[in-house]
Amino acid sequence: MAATGAGKTMDKEKKYDRQLRLWGDHGQAALEASRVCLVNVTATGTETLKNLILPGIGWFTIIDGGKVTGEDVGNNFFLERDSIGKSRAEVATECLLELNSDVRGDFIDENPEHLLEANPEFFRSFSCVIAAQMPERTLLSLASVLWNYGIPLLVCRSYGLIGYMRVVVKEHTVIESHPDNAHSDLRLDRPFPALAAYVDAVDMDSLSKKDHSHTPFPVILLKNLIQWRKEHEGNMPKNYKEKGVFKEMVRKGMWENEEGPGEPEENFEEAIRHTNTALVPTRIPSEIQTLFEDEGCRNLNAESSDFFVMTKALKEFAENEGKGALPVRGAIPDMFADSERYIQLQNIYRDQAKQDASVVASRVTQILSSIGRPSHCISEEAIRLFCRNAAFLRVVRTRSLEEEYNPEKACVNEMGVQLENPDSEITLYIMLRAVDKFQQQYGRYPGYYDDQVEADIPKLKACMCGLLQEWSLSPYIKDEYVHEMCRYGGSELHSVAAFMGGAAAQEVIKLVTKQFVPFNNTYIYNAMNSSSATYTL
Amino acid sequence: MANQVDEPMMVDGRVDSPGGSWPDRWNHVKKMLERAGPFAHPDFEPSPETIQFMLEVCKILVIGAGGLGCELLKDLALMGFRNIHVIDMDKIDVSNLNRQFLFRPKDVGKPKAETAAEFVNTRVPGCRVTPHYAKIQDFDGEFYRQFHIIVCGLDSILARRWMNGMVLSLINYEEDGSVDQSSIIPLIDGGTEGFKGNARVILPGITACMDCTLELYPPQVTYPMCTIAHTPRLPEHCIEWVRILLWPQEKPFGDNGKPREEREDIGIDGDDPAHVKWIYDKALERAEKYGISGVTYRLTQGVVKHIIPAVASTNAVIAASCATEVFKIATSCCNPLNNYMVFNDTEGLYTYTFEAEKKEDCLACSQVPQKFTFAPSAKLKDVIQYLCDNAATQMKAPGVTAIVDGRNKTLYMQTVESIEKRTRDNLTKTLEELGLADGQELVVADSTTPQSVIFKLNLSP
Repeated sequence: MAATGAGKTMDKEKKYDRQLRLWGDHGQAALEASRVCLVNVTATGTETLKNLILPGIGWFTIIDGGKVTGEDVGNNFFLERDSIGKSRAEVATECLLELNSDVRGDFIDENPEHLLEANPEFFRSFSCVIAAQMPERTLLSLASVLWNYGIPLLVCRSYGLIGYMRVVVKEHTVIESHPDNAHSDLRLDRPFPALAAYVDAVDMDSLSKKDHSHTPFPVILLKNLIQWRKEHEGNMPKNYKEKGVFKEMVRKGMWENEEGPGEPEENFEEAIRHTNTALVPTRIPSEIQTLFEDEGCRNLNAESSDFFVMTKALKEFAENEGKGALPVRGAIPDMFADSERYIQLQNIYRDQAKQDASVVASRVTQILSSIGRPSHCISEEAIRLFCRNAAFLRVVRTRSLEEEYNPEKACVNEMGVQLENPDSEITLYIMLRAVDKFQQQYGRYPGYYDDQVEADIPKLKACMCGLLQEWSLSPYIKDEYVHEMCRYGGSELHSVAAFMGGAAAQEVIKLVTKQFVPFNNTYIYNAMNSSSATYTL
Repeated sequence: MANQVDEPMMVDGRVDSPGGSWPDRWNHVKKMLERAGPFAHPDFEPSPETIQFMLEVCKILVIGAGGLGCELLKDLALMGFRNIHVIDMDKIDVSNLNRQFLFRPKDVGKPKAETAAEFVNTRVPGCRVTPHYAKIQDFDGEFYRQFHIIVCGLDSILARRWMNGMVLSLINYEEDGSVDQSSIIPLIDGGTEGFKGNARVILPGITACMDCTLELYPPQVTYPMCTIAHTPRLPEHCIEWVRILLWPQEKPFGDNGKPREEREDIGIDGDDPAHVKWIYDKALERAEKYGISGVTYRLTQGVVKHIIPAVASTNAVIAASCATEVFKIATSCCNPLNNYMVFNDTEGLYTYTFEAEKKEDCLACSQVPQKFTFAPSAKLKDVIQYLCDNAATQMKAPGVTAIVDGRNKTLYMQTVESIEKRTRDNLTKTLEELGLADGQELVVADSTTPQSVIFKLNLSP
């Protein structure tokens, strides 16, 4: 992103400091380049936008043809009392723009359905579209327009004490998924030449006491492992028992500490603690194996994304130079060691990672020219980032809304299995679908009017049974849920909307920064007991 | 802000203050409160009185007007709570603006509590948020007793434990040892870090309290001093070396004209760019000497200020969970969370709800006298160390007093300088030398709780 001056850059750096630590400057740049569209001003909708405007998306557009009502101002922080009767899209846009002067936005005071019919092309310019509380029919037509354009859609609504979200995206690829607790990639089971040579050159017996107790644990483990394999026909310690014997072998190498007897050497303790994880054989994670067989990887062409070009190169690397392994990640954890030897070891891993990445890079170059693209259009830096994350790559493809709403293609089995637990969140999903059916039939939400709550209960139940019948599922949903839905009467509680607005914003951030992993594909929040669940529907 | 309190109120057709309401304002909330629900709390009775209680009577205290606090104030105000107090001791910083949405660049430097209260009161007509630009420790039990529910949006475990101790101190017990229900002030607590967060409901004396689950809060990452001094490996080690060792030695910015010995040691101000820059430059020098890469200005600032990453979305989620619980508890329209929820949306969207268990011998909420066992030859400093290191106590700077020979004697106190000097020698004395006997009661005071804790000393050789 171009900054308008040094002062401004500094200011943004400070303002966004706490989030830059999570998604980095490149994540921020992607966010600032994004254009997000909100369809319908509900509390859930404006809360979502708020949580996107604060971290600094580039642009937003609000589409809503309605006028502000007293009820709207009651649960929405971005509508004001004085605005009752004015354009909902306009008032919300003004209030939201106050949040961050770096963000621009505009609005369209028009019924989304009309806009969709008159000018579907309009939606093409967005990085992501958020649909809040749309009638089923309009939602399906918006979803199909966006599906064809390949633009991600996030459906988000709050209904009484229930929240619902659905990600609809044809294909979303993630390089930086930021896994929470990934094992380190030390390759002790298959040391590369530089690592083997380094470890071989260390003679533990001739070290000073100080150096002995500061030898990095991978060196200790690898030395013992080489010894073990000599004695075990080249095999690694396999089971619990053998690992125990191996740990004992490591422990025997321990010297009396310089601090005096009774004080174990910390680096050896560390080696023993790391034995189990370090002995896990290096292999290609199953997600990545699957990815290698992915259609995107198999059918490369000039239209293929950089992601799949790099994945193909990665696959070729693994099958050739990598001898069945991914490129070395290059990062090692902190460990008890002296500075000099820690840095040496770190550099050995880094250099190998660099070497592996450059092999992948030359394969990328070949692939690019074979599919008729400029051979250097993917930067070395991008390839290095890709290789560092090779074990954590993700592809998310959700089903389309059309498939979900078509009774013949619906995930009936999944729903049936979930329904075996009568209080599963899937019940709430089915109830929301029933509510929409009711709305379609009667033009209002069940229980909207105080004096019709009781009368609407059997009507809603009929809608629910109709749905279950379409799916050939048994009607095992408790009457309590039908009653509770009628109690809600289409109400949108602010605190539930605020929860969903936070969660939805984070999904949009994932989609536009291509970092972290979006859920696939339906999320149900149950504020009654503060639980939630994700389903693939 | 309290100018409207005594005026007649009207809600939807009834008497109200000017600007306080308009038709349909509370429609969304009223559906929950005026209709029966199969999942409501057994005590719930649908009635128009409930919203009146929320609007006119119910008094909520919000602790913290930061990332969670701003969200909480908005959420509570829009759910229909009007009588809200907020306590925060901080002023607004530029780095708050990416999530603390009640603040604008022009507000930087102003007290958070006041700015947040003013914004909410203006945006939500009829809402009366009373700000307190103060520390929680500035108020006593009488102050806290006036609230129906307390919600915490804090970033410090110390402050959480103190509040926990405060609400526990407000409980009255019946003669049979059971808790007097009317003395319970529910404590709802939220916390976030990056994309992770948690929300919990504490019914003091009834359900697990903050201290019952201390082990859920991992201690802050620290690096061993010998690593920092002799074997740095990470950029963080270099930064810590400058912060802990080089700064007090060089005393930069303490009048550089004077020789080093005469300079005043100006404490590090993590918000002063000159200070951070100095640390960054020196850390970079050290890193280059050892061949360590990765020292950046951003990392330096993060290490020096113990910065925890924060985003708007997680704060919104956690604060909203807390606000929903306040609403449920205040109205009984639904059962409250029982009693702990964790949230993480890095990979997919994940929540996990469980019932944290009340600890039988909890330091803070059990009526069980605390015991510890030491040898008569143990030194007082060992006792102090134990109180700090033990996972169940995790104290900060405990002060210890005991009745010795019929006189109340302060054995050690770190927090008052003059007393610290006077009692310092006791640290190296053995418990025997200090005249402590088996079965002796030690009264321990610490910043983690407003009340002293009594430990029974078990001396066993």
